Amino acid sequence: MLKCATQSLSIKKGSGYVVELKAKTPFEGTLPLTIGQAKLTELDVGHLTSLSPLGDEKAMATALEKAHGMALPKPNRSTGKEGARCIWFGRGEALLMGPAPDASLYKHGAVVDISDAWSVALLEGPAADDVLARLVPADLRDSQFKRGHSIRTQVFHMAASITRLGPEKFMILVFRSMAGTLVHDLKAAMAAVASRG
Amino acid sequence: MRIECPICGSRDRREFYYQGAAVALDRPAPDAGEAAWDSYVHLRENPAGETRDLWHHEGGCGSWLVVTRDTVTHAVHKVELASDVKGAMS
Repeated sequence: MLKCATQSLSIKKGSGYVVELKAKTPFEGTLPLTIGQAKLTELDVGHLTSLSPLGDEKAMATALEKAHGMALPKPNRSTGKEGARCIWFGRGEALLMGPAPDASLYKHGAVVDISDAWSVALLEGPAADDVLARLVPADLRDSQFKRGHSIRTQVFHMAASITRLGPEKFMILVFRSMAGTLVHDLKAAMAAVASRG
Repeated sequence: MRIECPICGSRDRREFYYQGAAVALDRPAPDAGEAAWDSYVHLRENPAGETRDLWHHEGGCGSWLVVTRDTVTHAVHKVELASDVKGAMS
């Protein structure tokens, strides 16, 4: 994990100082979780960088293509692949997941490190569709929401981003402060789906 | 109720926040006088029929939308980006 500082020499502990603070991941202690035919795990995707092109979107798109080898995603889509991915993240905004942003991107818009602000989970398994159908007001069926599609929507009452990575695989992003709530809500939905047999 | 967001596509009403009549796009000039400002701030139509509202797609792309709908039939006739509507006015 890149998240947070690994050491601090300024925090006192007894007569000495704390030399090493261990960073906690957003889902530490709560994931992985498997109920019935659905499995929820934490994803460590590396850097999360918000890209908001200012003015001409094409300039940012060209720079992104050149530096990271992927297109700037259109609304409801994602580009790239595992390890270096870019997902549409709202109006005029995309999220670069994986590599640290190349310096060339800074010239073309707002480039903000939000690695610590979001938590990333993976929901997979034959029941994944049914679990999300209980919580998400958007149509995530395979016929409507294909691999690589990525939307901003809600999981129960939480703002979320959902991307389909495969036939039975969804990547879910929520604010880091909501990580516990996401697990709670998904756990309830997973149990409810499993109880139907 | 579903709203066809120009950016996200057809979405459930739960993703949207209702702001009110779309008068905010037509703010009077500072010196327009008391009557115009009184009307802008306080007076609203309550039509049985076509109405234009501002909605925020807060659970989606984050756009402000102008939704033209019918309060009698509940039909949604038109959804436009507020920025486009405002741009066309000036």
